[in-house]
Amino acid sequence: MDILKIGNKEFSSRLLSGTGKFRDKNDIKKMLEKSGSQIITVALRRVNLENPIDNILNYIPKHITLLPNTSGARNAKEAIRIAHIARVAGCGDFIKIEVIHDAKYLMPDNEETIKATKALANDGFIVLPYILPDIVTCKKLEDAGASAVMPLGSPIGSNAGLQTKSLIEMIIENSNIPVIVDAGIGLPSHAAQAMEMGADAVLINTAIATASSPALAARAFSLAIEAGRTAYLLKLQEQSKYANASSPLTGFLNL
Amino acid sequence: MSFANILKEYENFDFQNYFENVTDEMILTSIEKKELNKFDFLNLLAPKAKNYLEKLAQKAHKITVANFGYTINLYLPIYVSNYCSSNCLYCGFSKKNKIQRKKLSLEEVEIEAQEIAKSGIKSILFLTGESRKVTPLSYLCEVAKILKKQFSFVSIEVFPMSQDDYKKLFKAGVDGLTIYQEVYDKKVYQQVHVSGEKSNYDYRLETPQRGAEAGFRALNIGTLFGLGDIKKEAFFSGLHASYLSNKYLECELGLSLPRINDAEGHFKPNTILDDVTFVQIMCAYRLFLPRVEINISTRENAKFRDNLLGICATKFSAGSKTEVGGYTKARTEPQFEISDKRQSDEVIQRIQSLGYEPVYKNWESI
Ligand code: SF4
Repeated sequence: MDILKIGNKEFSSRLLSGTGKFRDKNDIKKMLEKSGSQIITVALRRVNLENPIDNILNYIPKHITLLPNTSGARNAKEAIRIAHIARVAGCGDFIKIEVIHDAKYLMPDNEETIKATKALANDGFIVLPYILPDIVTCKKLEDAGASAVMPLGSPIGSNAGLQTKSLIEMIIENSNIPVIVDAGIGLPSHAAQAMEMGADAVLINTAIATASSPALAARAFSLAIEAGRTAYLLKLQEQSKYANASSPLTGFLNL
Repeated sequence: MSFANILKEYENFDFQNYFENVTDEMILTSIEKKELNKFDFLNLLAPKAKNYLEKLAQKAHKITVANFGYTINLYLPIYVSNYCSSNCLYCGFSKKNKIQRKKLSLEEVEIEAQEIAKSGIKSILFLTGESRKVTPLSYLCEVAKILKKQFSFVSIEVFPMSQDDYKKLFKAGVDGLTIYQEVYDKKVYQQVHVSGEKSNYDYRLETPQRGAEAGFRALNIGTLFGLGDIKKEAFFSGLHASYLSNKYLECELGLSLPRINDAEGHFKPNTILDDVTFVQIMCAYRLFLPRVEINISTRENAKFRDNLLGICATKFSAGSKTEVGGYTKARTEPQFEISDKRQSDEVIQRIQSLGYEPVYKNWESI
């Protein structure tokens, strides 16, 4: 089995989904069924425990792993605060850190993200930081105790695909923790490309939530991710085939 | 550079001449562009751009869905006092108007807040007339603390103050600041703001900055259409929002498009913003500022609001009352007449039936 391990949990799906931007919260469940996604990110700012109709958590089946995010945090302090509120609210130990100091393009603040990661990992959280793809940041996050890194493909909501391809390649090549490409994935082919490059998983929200049929879009993305993953595994297999070649092809030449 | 200096650069700008020279091709190019500059924005405001209104609306819709999805943020206003020491010709609360004055006691604020909270909406905007004497900072801080118990996002629309005073309000739980310049044209500003503190144009112009410096996470600005030249006012509002979003990357910017409505005093507007131009301006804002919140209040009627939702509005007040104590007693005169008189649950149902997700809560008290 091809298993994705994040923190103490194992997953067979490599599609992480999100709860934002849907026209109807009831579409979330259908999307999860069709995509097979086992992890869903939820903005804590949208969790409304007092109002069952509005409370996004009520639309997510219990077997799905919640990945609360710190959307709206402008610095490490706020992100840490939000993470703790999420834990108390019953969202579990997974936390996606989003520290965004730029409301115009929604670019993450890597420096503050590292600080928040360190503090939260120390507190026993399974931390998945959302970052600008930078190899140095990734190494620092690994040291800080991150359980995965989430470099962006292009700005949130842009659907522009892997604009940061070569930077993400560097990260994939060097990371010792899972690399989850987050943001900007607009088409199934973008997702396939990321997986084929060797990303461990992909997070897709806008492209699914704003599709005319979120369920159908979810299915398309999940197939693309599987295709990309399979292609990547095949490539690995072919490389190792040469590494282990027991009978060299030129053996008959008695070189 | 300060925004006042930016405005100065346009003192001799011939808008008329610019608009006359805008070609169809320029408009189409600006609609297609990914990042629009101020001239693109101006092209979209040109009278000729009305010929491309559908195209403009389609693009505005597309950008909005990409950035906000099919969602609409909800909030409710609460008027805590209508005392005012200024005389603004267009406003029902003006000190010249012989209306019944009322300021809610802190107990009354609590009762009103509980009534409003029943709607389930977690975002509230509290407003006063501009009287430092009757509603001093200490009172406003107390109100903020009370509201913060029921609402996760609290904004203010009160008299402009210093950065230090804003810091106190921020500490008391205020998250957002709404402050309208009302009119960017300084001459008109002086004409309609006859007396009182509000007649200080420059101090008001720099207010959003002081708020951002004090730590507020959201700024909502705009011009009051009906006072100055419509297109110039729209242009300066957009420019102001762009200036602020560039200077304060960490702030969420919002733009409102209030237009003058009937109020006590019966002010006759200098200019009229018609529905077509309203939509044109709203779309131009969206293309120029893809991530800005576009806030449509109950000044607009139900049908018009519902249609704007499908284009690029992202924020609605729902079931608003513009009288002090309006949710429980409704005793005083309103600041302005509201047009959309539906209850909040009606508004919410309608939003859902239009295929949008009403967002009751979009912030957590941290
Ligand atoms: S606009 Fe504000 S300052 Fe002017 S009269 Fe009305 S409440 Fe007072």
